[in-house]
Amino acid sequence: MILDSKIPAGPLAEKWTKHKFNSKLVNPANKRKYDVIVVGTGLAGASAAASLAELGYNVKAFTFHDSPRRAHSIAAQGGINAAKNYQNDGDSIYRLFYDTIKGGDYRSREGNVYRLAEVSVKIIDQCVAQGVPFAREYGGLLANRSFGGAQVSRTFYARGQTGQQLLLGAYSALSRQVANGKVKLYPRTEMMDVVMVDGQARGIVTRNLITGAVETHAAHAVLLCTGGYGNVFFLSTNAMGCNVTAAWRAHKRGAYFANPCFTQIHPTCIPVSGDHQSKLTLMSESLRNDGRVWVPASKENAEKLRKGQIKVSDLKEEDRDYFLERKYPSFGNLVPRDVASRNAKEACDDGRGVNETGEAVFLDFRDAIKRDGKAVIESKYGNLFDMYKQITGEDPYTSPMMIYPAVHYTMGGLWVDYNLMTTIPGLYCLGEANFSDHGANRLGASALMQGLADGYFVIPYTIGDYLAQTPPKKVDETHPEFAKVAQEVKNRISQLLNIDGKQTIDHFHKKLGKIMWNYCGMARTAEGLAKAKAEIKALKKEFWSDVKVLGTNEELNLSLEKAHRVADFLELGELMVDDALNRNESCGGHFREEYQTPEGEALRDDENFAYVAAWKYMGEGQEEELNKEPLIFENVKLTQRSYK
Amino acid sequence: MKLTLKIWRQKNASDKGGFATYPVDHVSKDMSFLEMLDVLNEELTEKGEDPVHFDHDCREGICGTCSLVINGKPHGPLQTTTCQLHMRSFEDGQSITIEPWRAKAFPVVKDLVVDRYAFDRIIQAGGYVNINTGGVPDANEIPIPKTIADLAMDAAQCIGCGACVAACKNASAMLFTSAKVSQLALLPQGQVERKTRVEKMVAQMDAEGFGACTNTGACEAECPKGISLTNIARMNREYFSASLTSENV
Repeated sequence: MILDSKIPAGPLAEKWTKHKFNSKLVNPANKRKYDVIVVGTGLAGASAAASLAELGYNVKAFTFHDSPRRAHSIAAQGGINAAKNYQNDGDSIYRLFYDTIKGGDYRSREGNVYRLAEVSVKIIDQCVAQGVPFAREYGGLLANRSFGGAQVSRTFYARGQTGQQLLLGAYSALSRQVANGKVKLYPRTEMMDVVMVDGQARGIVTRNLITGAVETHAAHAVLLCTGGYGNVFFLSTNAMGCNVTAAWRAHKRGAYFANPCFTQIHPTCIPVSGDHQSKLTLMSESLRNDGRVWVPASKENAEKLRKGQIKVSDLKEEDRDYFLERKYPSFGNLVPRDVASRNAKEACDDGRGVNETGEAVFLDFRDAIKRDGKAVIESKYGNLFDMYKQITGEDPYTSPMMIYPAVHYTMGGLWVDYNLMTTIPGLYCLGEANFSDHGANRLGASALMQGLADGYFVIPYTIGDYLAQTPPKKVDETHPEFAKVAQEVKNRISQLLNIDGKQTIDHFHKKLGKIMWNYCGMARTAEGLAKAKAEIKALKKEFWSDVKVLGTNEELNLSLEKAHRVADFLELGELMVDDALNRNESCGGHFREEYQTPEGEALRDDENFAYVAAWKYMGEGQEEELNKEPLIFENVKLTQRSYK
Repeated sequence: MKLTLKIWRQKNASDKGGFATYPVDHVSKDMSFLEMLDVLNEELTEKGEDPVHFDHDCREGICGTCSLVINGKPHGPLQTTTCQLHMRSFEDGQSITIEPWRAKAFPVVKDLVVDRYAFDRIIQAGGYVNINTGGVPDANEIPIPKTIADLAMDAAQCIGCGACVAACKNASAMLFTSAKVSQLALLPQGQVERKTRVEKMVAQMDAEGFGACTNTGACEAECPKGISLTNIARMNREYFSASLTSENV
């Protein structure tokens, strides 16, 4: 299959405008004849559901949470980028576009990224109008801060809870449409599969998490806004419930999965403290505005520090290695996430890590507190400092924070065209669940931007083009395909419940996580990946013969919910490994040790790998088929990414 | 650490429910409270017993999913969410009682899981600004004094967990409702529907079966996000002034 990205021709800055004009429209009176299913109610899902309902479509919104407001978008801390140039510091749509393309190590589409930068300014307007209380200056105008990978201040924020405030804004818009009767909300309902009729997505099968009822829902189009798959690593900054199931089931029905190995490892997370650990906690990237990253300059001092023979305050200025400032003088502590993470790993691999485990580096606010005073630092980061103290029992005002990289975001996801449609007609994918805009590395404060751009300002235009060409006749839920897929879901449920093995679900999840982290994490090698593939295959086999899933289907059953998700993670893990093995280059978050510059930076191979790797599911136990969408760069010149 | 857990078990909404006692050991002080329950659940699963069901998700104190009344206090001894509570706040050998939120408007679903849809319905009654996507003014068109924006943010930080209801002897939802009313009453964007909003949200709050407020302040004391009682005062003021001039009579 030839992957048609449907990027409109013409100059970059005119593509979106022209595309909107050329897209077909559904007239206002006809919109009420179309039904749209939205799965997931995070930033992308809630904003899409609300915006489509406002236009007049009938929306059904699904979430496995008890309320749409719980979606994991809520946990985003630092901010949202927008090319407003309110600071008069040289920002522009083109600069945000350029920073994002470069930050993604030239593995994203120019057309998509430019559109993202273009609509970014409207997002801020929209959120302010909803009553989102962004931070403001004394004059009453909006405040900004800086984030990694940019030399301008374009990040809007609401203390350390920007994701929360933006999600509550989208949730309020969604709630308004629920009240208007245009959105029917299905909380505690998990999507189990996509239903296709005549090659088009025409509905979904869900499981009611309270009663276990397996139900079918029909519509003219289905939107997956189901987030990322970082939990394949078991330990990540994702919420416990984050999973790949919706996207994976769609993949198995024919939606291609793009760049699955592109994972973002976030540099500033609280280090692992023990085997009991269930998740990792992120400390916002905004902390790198004022915190300085360092490790002891010598292995000897690092070892003494780990053993508690010396204290941090014993180390003089010359004993400290501020490695990011030293290696990247122009971006300093604000290098992009992949670069910061890799350098932290390198320092620890070099034996200079701190913490008892040796797997941590310092993030130090001593100089910032000396410069600005404790009150200023507290007003900027108070809640983060409190959270750190709560978790570690240490006070970051008096001793430096310890941080270590952790899985945070997945740039890969379902392949979509410019209209956000997957390779299944009528099936769309928005937000983190798709692969579209961040290339091989996402810049900080860009996830919120993309989720809301997709939901508020892209899908309302692009879905019309598809629906205008679809007859408004009600989709027939009695079509045998609905009953067939529902039966398949039921069979899978009873299969899981009947294995009656000896091992708990977490046992498998933790094992998978270790394999992924060791071989498909911050540094990857062909040899390691081959090993990982064999181990995952064996683990998958063991899962289906020895997992223990308790209880019945007809009740709230956390074991059963988790079993479904882990089963899908096991399949996804193998595909991630295949993708990492195929990509014989290093780019962004994908670092293959075989491919690096003499300075240890990621070495791209633009001649052979400037493409999107889109994988097609070929059936149970079969190797997936690789399809390539070449990336065409007409506006930016591909260069070795440098933050020096 | 070794602990004795006394946990509320209830099969489903119609089951009567009761306490069950579980001893746990190998608890480390660095574990979070929910990780301690994970350990218990792994043990129960290995023995083939139904694990304890509890609500949780982000484990970062922001999604508002986790709940639990721990030794009589919503979210336990500290003023934080249960997921941010660590075992270093407990003593070796201690006995810990764990119950669900108890309120008529929050029926128990199973064990420690309750249904909080009532909160969503309060927001649906009016917790928004009636604008569609697009066609809004530039974000800097209306300057908002920093002090006002900060107060709005203080109120907007509510995570909707329901600890205020669980803490209140009347199971009142005044703190939750007033946080949203305050946020929008303070901001210029909320002015147009200021009166109708408070009327509708309060009416919905009453319809859900939440109790009245008697100003004991238990909600504020237990709120993991420090939402202030001032918001309730502000909502009362909004409500009285709205009803005096109401056009909905």
